[in-house]
Parts: sequence; structure tokens; C-alpha cells
Amino acid sequence: MELSTITYWVVGASFALYIGIAFWARAGSTKEFYVAGGGVHPIANGMATAADWMSAASFISMAGLIAFMGYGGSVFLMGWTGGYVILAMLIAPYLRKYGKFTVPEFIGDRFYSDTARIVAVVCLIICSVTYVIGQMKGVGVAFSRFLETDYETGLYIGMVIVFFYAVLGGMKGITYTQIAQYCVLITAYTIPAIFISLQLTGNPLPQLGLGSTLTGSETYLLDKLDQIVVDLGFAEYTTQTRLSTLNMFAFTASLMIGTAGLPHVIIRFFTVPKVADARTSAGWALVFIAILYTTAPAVAAMARLNVTQTLAPENAMAMSIEERPKWFRTWEATGLLKIEDKNNDGRVQYSADADSNELVKLDNDILVLANPEIAQLPNWVIALVAAGGLAAALSTAAGLLLAISSAISHDLLKSTFMPQISERAELRASRLAMALAILGAGYLGLNPPGFAAGTVALAFGLAASSIFPALVMGIFSRSVTREGAIVGMLGGIGVTLAYVFQHKGIMFIPGTEFLGGLSPNWFMGIEPNAFGVVGALVNFALALAVSGLTSAPPERVVALVEDIRLPAN
Amino acid sequence: MSENQDSRSRRYWRANLLLMTKLSVVWFVVSFGCGVLWVEELNQFRLGGYKLGFWFAQQGAIYVFIALIFYYAKAAVALDKQFNRGEDC
Repeated sequence: MELSTITYWVVGASFALYIGIAFWARAGSTKEFYVAGGGVHPIANGMATAADWMSAASFISMAGLIAFMGYGGSVFLMGWTGGYVILAMLIAPYLRKYGKFTVPEFIGDRFYSDTARIVAVVCLIICSVTYVIGQMKGVGVAFSRFLETDYETGLYIGMVIVFFYAVLGGMKGITYTQIAQYCVLITAYTIPAIFISLQLTGNPLPQLGLGSTLTGSETYLLDKLDQIVVDLGFAEYTTQTRLSTLNMFAFTASLMIGTAGLPHVIIRFFTVPKVADARTSAGWALVFIAILYTTAPAVAAMARLNVTQTLAPENAMAMSIEERPKWFRTWEATGLLKIEDKNNDGRVQYSADADSNELVKLDNDILVLANPEIAQLPNWVIALVAAGGLAAALSTAAGLLLAISSAISHDLLKSTFMPQISERAELRASRLAMALAILGAGYLGLNPPGFAAGTVALAFGLAASSIFPALVMGIFSRSVTREGAIVGMLGGIGVTLAYVFQHKGIMFIPGTEFLGGLSPNWFMGIEPNAFGVVGALVNFALALAVSGLTSAPPERVVALVEDIRLPAN
Repeated sequence: MSENQDSRSRRYWRANLLLMTKLSVVWFVVSFGCGVLWVEELNQFRLGGYKLGFWFAQQGAIYVFIALIFYYAKAAVALDKQFNRGEDC
């Protein structure tokens, strides 16, 4: 069968499954809409959290980034998993004990202030909206590459699918579709990795294959990779640092605390029955995430090895342009891969030297998507990768949209402006807010603003510098006051935004970066993407200082803090 | 009676903080320590084809994170029971 026909079948079947689940898991109450009724099994919630968390960036981009960053790419691996340890110990069990529906709701109650709640809603909306744009773009791109529709059509189809299960089912529908989406995406990610690991090392487990010798040779895969990239003039794969040790440190820390502060992840832990379940559920989430995250470095190194050896085989001439493989031509057509025969010898000279290098463009995102083609795997595997990429983007988009719509219907309408609203009316309002959020995200996906390029970095930096410190201080301190929390959140998010904007342009508009984008101007050599941790420190410092100057929180707030610390009622 | 309950809750919380502190040290050592700060020293050792520091940064830290969360979940339930502060009490 033709590749495009198989892809239509596989993607179509996965979508039919999601819609089927949407009808089966309709939400009948606000509790079902916001927290899936609070009765989700911890392992099921762990699986849903894994799909919620792993976005198009994890599925498509991460392995490609690591392939070219080598050891430096470890910041993503450690940063995006280590956050779950913080989440399990410092955040999830206490917010589960608190037992309500949203993150701003906790901040508003703990800091006894509608202003604090609204500041938290604003922070939540900024980080979730920037994040969701990337997912909508991912849906459009996946459709246009694999199903040969145009970008807009792909985006509309994606919006309709999310609309079905998110508006009908709320958290309940999203939870059960995310479980299905996890199964699709993890199968799609691991099957090509197993095939490639077998081909290169004879070991079916990519995690072990990465540390094994190459088939028919005594040389370890990683040593071979180090040698061939160094021969071409690139940095050694296994020791290549991302800028500096301090920068790697700050980057990892920012991703970790950003993870623990992202509202769409935190609210998943409101859906389990008990406090003890919130703790184990974080562990299960990390198990399901780790299956992809420990496979990714193997995919990265093996893809880099395959691509490099295709272009510059040892003891042979460089790749002939005439005889270049089929996948090469396919990806050239997308503009993500480009060659230029500078010396007109009919071959591609690949090297680190920009003047003689003839592989002028190789986009990071190609590696995962083209991996099955490079390894000459059967067509159904390629079709599965398309369905997997779509599952990753759709599941994350739905989680983010729920966080946004519940902040609007619950925290702004019910808690702040229309406290007398009935449950039925609130449920209607939350469905309406969800529909509007989908339209808004779709609009931004069609007309990506200038800052879309930096979206993921911005979302993590903002969550790390605003929401995470407020939650930690709300749980672990009895004395942080409402003034302290508000000043801390605004200061933390302000510093982070200012740093990102001054080096990358205001709203990422080129030409408005008033301090210059280059590393000599960076604060202690920390790149803008890694700055969230500094913003978080500013938040903590401001909040503690201001709390010392203002009158202590009232008795009932101290009692609330005491209460959430104890699992017993 | 209520005094007694209060001091018991306080002792529960202190034990919980101590447990978290210990586990945070492990969390920090395997990621920021072995994966970033001491990576060059550890790279002199090998684990199969992996340089050891590189292995911690791309594999080992993640496995330890999983173990830490499940250990915490188990130890926290034990604390809940010991101080009668669990959900089943």
C-alpha cells in the first residue's frame, strides 16, 4: 500500500478512538469537568500525566536537539524529568490535600487575596497560551508533512478533534483520551528506536544499545561517534558542553522548577482519590515519561551516527549527489534539508568548516521524523510516527486548554466576579471558556505572533519564576504574607520577561533587543532560556523581604497551612 | 489532649521535612553533581560503552529520580502511620 494511504488509515483510526472516548466520558458536573470526579487511579493518572506533559517538542524536537548538542543536550533530559521529584515531594500531595479545582484557587486562598488569585491567573494564562501555540503549530506541521494537506487544513482538523473531547468531557474526557494518546505515542517512539538499535548494535533495548559495541566490531557505538564527528571538525559528542558549567546548571534547574510549576501538570494530581495516591502517581508519571526520555538519547546518538556515515562514509568518497537516498530528496522538498555543491564535484562534502561544508541546512526536527526512513523501516512504522507526533501535540494542547478555561470559568467567574453562579451555569461557562480557548489557540496557530519561536523557553521561565515559588512558600511557610506573595510573583515574572526581552527583542520582535542578543552581554553567561531559576530566586527574596515588613497572615490562613501538611482529615 | 495532638502533628512535619531533605541531597548529587559539576572526573570511568559522567547525565539520573519518588511515597506512608496522620486513621 502507498505510504500516504497507510498514514491516513493509522491517523484516522487513532482519531476515531479519541472521539469514541469523548462520547463515552462526558462530564456531568463541574467536579467531573475540572478534576475528572477525583477518582482516577494513580497509575492511569500517571499515564495521562505523561501524555499531558510530553509535547510535540519532546516527541519531535528533543532527540534532534540532543543529536547536535551531544552531552550539552542532557539539560533537557535531567531538567524535564528531575522536576517530578520536586513535584512529588514539595507540591502535589499538599495541593491534593487542599482538595479544590485549580492552582490560582490555592494561591488566592493561601494568600487571602483576590489580587493574588488574579495575578496567578494572569501568570497561568501567559505561560499556558505561549505553550499551546507551539502545540497547534506542531499539529499543523505534522499534518502537512505526512498527509500532504496544507498547514491550515491540518490545524482545523486538530482543533475539531480537541473540541470534541475537551468541550464535552473536560478533565474526564481529556484524562481517558490522554491515556490512549500515551499508548499511541510511546509505541510510535519506541518501535523505530528498537529497530535501529538492533540494526546498529544487535541489542533490542536502545538504552543498552547506546552503551554497546557496533555489530561486527569491537568498537563502542559512542566511541565511534566521538571519533567520526571529531574527524569532521565537530566537538566531541560525549563531552560537548552547552556554553558553560554554570549555564548547564542554571538551564537544568530552570527546566526542573518550571516543570514543577506548570499548572496543567499540577492539576492532573487533583484527579486522584487520596494524598498518598498523588505521591505514587508522580512516580508512575515519571516511569511512563522515562520510557521515552531514556530512549531519546539513544535515538539521538544513533541518528547522528547514521546521518554522518551516510554523508561522509569512512574509507570511501563523500555521498554522491546523484545517488543520494530517497529520504534525502523527500526532506529537501520540505526545505528543512538543503545541500549546495560548492566545489562542483557532484558530492556532498560535510564538515564543521562553514566555508567548505556543503550540507547547508539540516533541521533538528528531521531526525525523529526521518529516522524510520533513514533506517529503511517498513511504511507502517512511518505512519505510526505521524500518529504519535499528533498524539503528543493534541494531548498537551488539551491539558493546557483545560488549565486556561478552568482559570477563566472557576477563578475569574465563580471565585471573583460572579460568586452566586450556579453549578450548572458554571459548567456551561467552563464549556464556553474551553471553546473560546480552542478558537483563540487556533487563531494564534494560524497567525503565530513574533514570539512563537521562543514559546517553550518562555513558558518554563515564567512558570519557574512566578507560580512555583508562590506554591512552595504557600505550603512551607506560615509567615509569607499576601503582599509578599504578590510582589514576589510580579517581581519574579518581571525580571525573567525583562531578561528574555532585552536579549531576544520585546515580544521577540527582531531589532528591539536593547542589550544585544549575544553571549558577552549575558548575566554571568546564562542564556535567556536558562534564566527562570534566577527569576525564581528574585521571587523568593522579594516575598520573604516584603513579608517581614507587613503584618502576619490571619489565624485561619495559618490553620489552612497546618491542615494541608497533614494527609489525615 | 489537643496539645498532645498539636505536638504530634509538629513532630510528623519535622520528620517529613527531614526525609525530604535527605532525598533532595540524593536528587541534587545524581543530577547537578554527577551530571554537571563532576562530569569530567567521572568521565574517566566507564560503564560499558558509556563514559560514567555522560551516563549519569543521559540515563542514570533519570533512573534514580524514579527510585526517589517511589521511596518517598513509601516512606511518607510509613510516617503517616507512625504519627497517626494518614488518611486511613
